[in-house]
Amino acid sequence: MPEKTIIPVGPYHPLQEEPELFKLYCDGEIVTDIEWETGYNHRGIEKINESKTFEQVFFVVERICGICSTSHPFAYANAMEEIAHVTVPDRAKYIRSIVGELERIHSHLLWVGLAGHFIGYNTVFMWAWKYREPVLDLFEIITGNRNSYAMFKIGGVRRDIEEKDFSTILTILDGLKPKAEMLMNAVIDDPVIHMRTKGKGILTRQDIIDFCAVGPTARASGVDIDIRRDDPYAAYPLVNWKVIVAAEGDIFAKAVVRFLEIFESISIIEQCIEKMRKEKPGDIEVKVKNIPEGDGSGRAEAPRGEVFHYVKSDGSNAPVRHKIRAPSYVNVATFKKSCVGQTITDATLALAAVDPCYCCTERMASVYDARTRNKILDGTGLIRMSQEQTRLIQGRKSKVEGQRSKVEGRRSKVEGRRSKE
Amino acid sequence: MGLTDYCFKKSLWLFHFAGASCNNCDIELLDCLTPRYDVERFGMVLVGSVRHADVLVVSGSINQKCRSRLLTIYEQAPKPLLVIAVGACGCTGGIFAEGNTFAGPVDSIIPVDLYIPGCPPKPEAFLAGIVKLLNK
Repeated sequence: MPEKTIIPVGPYHPLQEEPELFKLYCDGEIVTDIEWETGYNHRGIEKINESKTFEQVFFVVERICGICSTSHPFAYANAMEEIAHVTVPDRAKYIRSIVGELERIHSHLLWVGLAGHFIGYNTVFMWAWKYREPVLDLFEIITGNRNSYAMFKIGGVRRDIEEKDFSTILTILDGLKPKAEMLMNAVIDDPVIHMRTKGKGILTRQDIIDFCAVGPTARASGVDIDIRRDDPYAAYPLVNWKVIVAAEGDIFAKAVVRFLEIFESISIIEQCIEKMRKEKPGDIEVKVKNIPEGDGSGRAEAPRGEVFHYVKSDGSNAPVRHKIRAPSYVNVATFKKSCVGQTITDATLALAAVDPCYCCTERMASVYDARTRNKILDGTGLIRMSQEQTRLIQGRKSKVEGQRSKVEGRRSKVEGRRSKE
Repeated sequence: MGLTDYCFKKSLWLFHFAGASCNNCDIELLDCLTPRYDVERFGMVLVGSVRHADVLVVSGSINQKCRSRLLTIYEQAPKPLLVIAVGACGCTGGIFAEGNTFAGPVDSIIPVDLYIPGCPPKPEAFLAGIVKLLNK
């Protein structure tokens, strides 16, 4: 490879406000700098919202990101309820939290699968996505759709969870637990995954504070932040759960944090259902007739971190200004630290570790020679490189083991002969 | 049997172009590959370059920045090529058609053979759509 190359990774990146083009500047195989450019997925959502009524905005913000399609309505509902001074009934709070936590489970499983694909473990990809399907079934039972749930409204939720569905939900979650545990142990115990992810793409506590990173990215580096606890909303103050924090800050720690959060989420859902049994069925909303003048901000913890919505109302039925900040927008800035100094194969993984829905980025990634502008590698090539690295490590390992078993074989032969003599 | 029928007789290879989409259609399309739906048993795989593909799957609304890229990708593709517009945004622009960056639904930019509506369409809808297209 020539000594200076630029690798554009992108531009297609599906998460609403952060469809970026990453340019990795490389010296040989080492990434020396990274640059990014946004705007490829700009749909003008904030502007569209100004032409919608407050209730209609829910359906637009739900479609900011398909994977976080609860978090954005959640934050928006929090903002609207701050303006209208509404207290949501407890049953609605539990339903909101259940949907929010189910989303976290499906999003984390999705990430584990994609990360597995990037390091060349397609088995992990298939497993994780197979175990994600029951969660989508749960969504279908509760909300009627696999994605884009349309559950939220100002003052409550649109649908109740019926008594007869409780047992189905609990059965499916019980079935999910051992499978997720098996998957977690398989990933955490794998020596090849250790070699690919431990000590790679490290973000220290100070880096996280400097870049204002949020969510599992921050929690994996020892920064103990979680909006669910720090700015309590919905049913989170009413149930027992803990914030998962790891200290290492590498890619492996991010995977561990996400896995443990899956189990935390399952426990939150179980507690919510247990508490919901005591609430009166059908008591799921407070009627809100009109929205007074004023402004409000709402926050919610999405699977990727803090979502922030700011809404300004002038007393009419539509927002005057709607400002949205999604978590990946701050998290991608950490690439400046996590990717620089890594090899290209590890940088590809470090980009994926923040969970910026990398699935769509990789197809458009290509390596160009900085001087001649000739294409050297494309997206599939990059993934192939990453997968080959894993195979190389596996090969080395099996070679060592093979030699060891050969030596042992010889030894046992010798011993066998000796015993015969 | 015409040339077009001959080309699409065997395994279809798909190239997925995500426009300014919300990612829902994209993950539902990926879902088709995973164990529950497993379209690979019909020989359908996602490929990394449109030059290898028989089918171009376009999801999401198209904004001004990605319009020219969609055209480039369409021109690069070997013909005959089937184009599938996925989701409400791919078919009509959907909820984002009012946006100030919207550059037209997919069929105003390139010819479309199949529309799969839904927000997002279920994996079963993908399979049903492709079967209908092949039996046409």
